[in-house]
Amino acid sequence: MIEILSVTGPASIQDLGRFDQYRFGVGTSGAMDDVALRAGNILLGNDENAAAVEIPIMPFRLRFDRNIAFALTGAAVEAEIAGRAIPPWWRSYARAGDILNIKAMSHGARSYLAVGGGIDVPMVLGSRSTQFRGEFGGLHGRPLQVGDILPCATSTAAIGEFGIEPAGITLARPNAAADESIVRVIVAGEYDAFEATAQELFWSSSWTITPQSNRYGYRLQGPAVKPKAPVEKRSHGIVPGVIQIPPNGQPIIQMRDAQTSGGYPKIATVIGADLWRVGQARLGGKLRFEQTAYTDALAAEDDMSAYLDRLRTNMRLVEEAGTCR
Amino acid sequence: MMVPDRPRISLLGTSALLFEAPGAFDLPHQRRIWALAATASKWTDIREAVPGITNLMLTFETPPRQLDALIAALNDAWDTAEGLAIGGREIRLPVTYGGEIGSQLQSVADHCSLSIDDVVAIHAAPLYTVFALGSHPGYCYLGGMDPRITMPRRQTPLQRSAGGSVSIGGSQTGVSASPGPSGWHAIGHTSWTFFDPSWPTPAALVPGDTIRFVIERVIR
Repeated sequence: MIEILSVTGPASIQDLGRFDQYRFGVGTSGAMDDVALRAGNILLGNDENAAAVEIPIMPFRLRFDRNIAFALTGAAVEAEIAGRAIPPWWRSYARAGDILNIKAMSHGARSYLAVGGGIDVPMVLGSRSTQFRGEFGGLHGRPLQVGDILPCATSTAAIGEFGIEPAGITLARPNAAADESIVRVIVAGEYDAFEATAQELFWSSSWTITPQSNRYGYRLQGPAVKPKAPVEKRSHGIVPGVIQIPPNGQPIIQMRDAQTSGGYPKIATVIGADLWRVGQARLGGKLRFEQTAYTDALAAEDDMSAYLDRLRTNMRLVEEAGTCR
Repeated sequence: MMVPDRPRISLLGTSALLFEAPGAFDLPHQRRIWALAATASKWTDIREAVPGITNLMLTFETPPRQLDALIAALNDAWDTAEGLAIGGREIRLPVTYGGEIGSQLQSVADHCSLSIDDVVAIHAAPLYTVFALGSHPGYCYLGGMDPRITMPRRQTPLQRSAGGSVSIGGSQTGVSASPGPSGWHAIGHTSWTFFDPSWPTPAALVPGDTIRFVIERVIR
């Protein structure tokens, strides 16, 4: 078990998400940085869909009540286990009673704490992810609070310390300035409802991520991008990554807790391989959009898969080497 | 506005595709969408076929390598789709119009150059059909609203709107199943449970069910 000692922002329990309940109006939820969640679970020998704690704001402190392996992935954090510093993207080991203190986050927006076996909250409608709007999943369908006790599944996970290269380094994109994320997008249904000049503004602007950005969506600020004429769509399904342009001309990127449908015009959609980059983009930081063809987007997903495949292979080799010794 | 006579098919990134039927926002078109959803949901690589308002979203198990084949199959299936008539239940929903939650009742009346009583009477008159579920858990999109009470969605969506809000957005109306952000205008509220994850089917209503709003009270 884990006891939460200190929590600052809306931390929550997430797995990869709830993907087949759209017809009931239930969105995906799930980790904002799915690559980091998978990497953490791979480090621990878990099922890659095992639930972890997503932590958006530091400090965050907790106590382990038994000996357990854990990993921190995602944002670059300054953390200590029982007073000993541990780097991010690192598997470590806690003894019963040890306190994990994640003190600060220097880069990125969300840290993932994965534990050997995974956080063992009940599966609801096919996932352990927290559904805030529906108030189910995760721990009682709500953000974590001080005093919460998180059950952990038993695990035969390896316990040696081990680190891996962060996804942000391996999968780095060229030409991104400091505190700016470049994400690839595919144009969406209403792209042609915008004049060439408005389209150009969309591509050329460095969009500021406003403080109203969260797991529901990223609200951006920049020059107003307006369609030739007001567009009122009949409500239709949308997915995380869809970029809507409400009448004020300020884009909103729908994220994991977004509504499952909408009617504002859609100018583009962030590709699956880059959605985690949005999830790790900080409030006050900048975002730029880069147009991508569907086939190139699939190639980008292959790059991401290759990174995860390398992690799986490396972990297998490490475990095998450990067994031989 | 020009209505295209062919369906529009567009990508939602790499995880889904949107099919928009040509023609009116009416029950015959929606019945064809339900039929198309039933067909497409059986295709390999399709995770879910999710009806919207005269449109259909297909989410992918894995992104298809051959998009053209999928698009051709969708067009063919639409051309041959016979309307699926679903005989649903009729639900009577008591509504308090106006008040704190329905604070946009006056705005809708002003926008449509109608009195509050007219808006309420026009809104409560039809037998609405559940066209689709979406937005948030258990939320139903309803067909059948009188176009006289149409009002465009908000310029900037609200961060929080109350659960049970009866709202108008464009030419559509619906009742929120829980509190959350909304770009629609709330004109009233109801207390009714639309969703419970512990039910065998988590949503209380399904496409094809019908709703009649019963005027419980009007707060001016």
